[in-house]
Amino acid sequence: MDQSETHTETHQQHPIKLYLVVWGWLFVLSIFSYMVDIIDFRGLLRWSLVVTLMMLKAGLIVAVFMHMAWERLALTYAMLVPPVLILVFVVMMIFEGGYTEWMRLVFLDKADANALAGDIGAAGY
Amino acid sequence: MSEATANENKPVQTLEPGLKGVVADWASDQRSFKTASWGKAMMWIFLVSDTFVFGIFLLSYMTTRISTPVAWPDPSHVFGLHVFGVEVPLLLIAIMTFVLITSSGTMAMAVNFGYRRDKAKTTLMLLVTALFGATFVGMQIFEWTKLIQEGVRPWGNPFGAEQFGASFFMITGFHGTHVTIGVIFLLIVARKVWRGDFDNGRPGFFTARKGRYEVVEIMGLYWHFVDLVWVFIFAFFYLW
Repeated sequence: MDQSETHTETHQQHPIKLYLVVWGWLFVLSIFSYMVDIIDFRGLLRWSLVVTLMMLKAGLIVAVFMHMAWERLALTYAMLVPPVLILVFVVMMIFEGGYTEWMRLVFLDKADANALAGDIGAAGY
Repeated sequence: MSEATANENKPVQTLEPGLKGVVADWASDQRSFKTASWGKAMMWIFLVSDTFVFGIFLLSYMTTRISTPVAWPDPSHVFGLHVFGVEVPLLLIAIMTFVLITSSGTMAMAVNFGYRRDKAKTTLMLLVTALFGATFVGMQIFEWTKLIQEGVRPWGNPFGAEQFGASFFMITGFHGTHVTIGVIFLLIVARKVWRGDFDNGRPGFFTARKGRYEVVEIMGLYWHFVDLVWVFIFAFFYLW
């Protein structure tokens, strides 16, 4: 039906049904991630479910809604590879954050820290 | 083989010296993205830079959360709503998520109708998308008001670690700003579509380039990105 329009330019022309299906999946995946909180999974199970559902949703949005699946590989790599560098930063800051917490626990009185947080909250600035 | 013939056919270019050369070199006809127009490529490059902005926000949130010895406030309790006397965890956030996903769906429809040159449906879908976006911002304002009334501040809150407020206002505030800007641009693009700018190639504002329906797709890239960022905020800030 739309084949005649497709080859006139490099337009992104796909059947409406595709978008509706992806839309439906995004709804389902969001309900799943909300269920993770309702059922109140804890620990590793919670984290892995949250991250998996997040990546599935992100993948669907980028691939179909943003048409990345139909772009040239040169564009895909140029856009998707640089953000991976953030993960390197994440690893660095996990070590740094753990070290900071350790310093605070050793050199600051934890009770003081709690009291301080309580004071500010109670004062209702 | 074909490369060699292409090189032979190329006219010999004389290189400009000085400042003119700088402009000429940067404007030279070399492109890496063979099928994507400059507009689309530039929007993608902007989105990558924006990815770093939000990435660093979430990273700093992660670092403060790891490094504080004080317990982090429980998001499903803090963002819970009392509905008919029952506390439903994260209710408002869940509704906001569905609203934004729905707006992404209508945006994809708008792009599709745009390439079919269906002016009325494209305009309608863009306006519906803008409406959902505005609804999202409205709910975010409600959320902020509620938390501020409960005593959440960038320097402290009654629920736990002090850094919670700073992270929350920074991340959701920046995201809300993106949504607001998106709504404004959706309305601008909707007006252009409705007026027929992309049918009769009316020169655009500022650039004087002829409008094409691809503008709707580029607008869509931005809008889907806003939805994409929310997916990450939802996972890391509200569910973690």
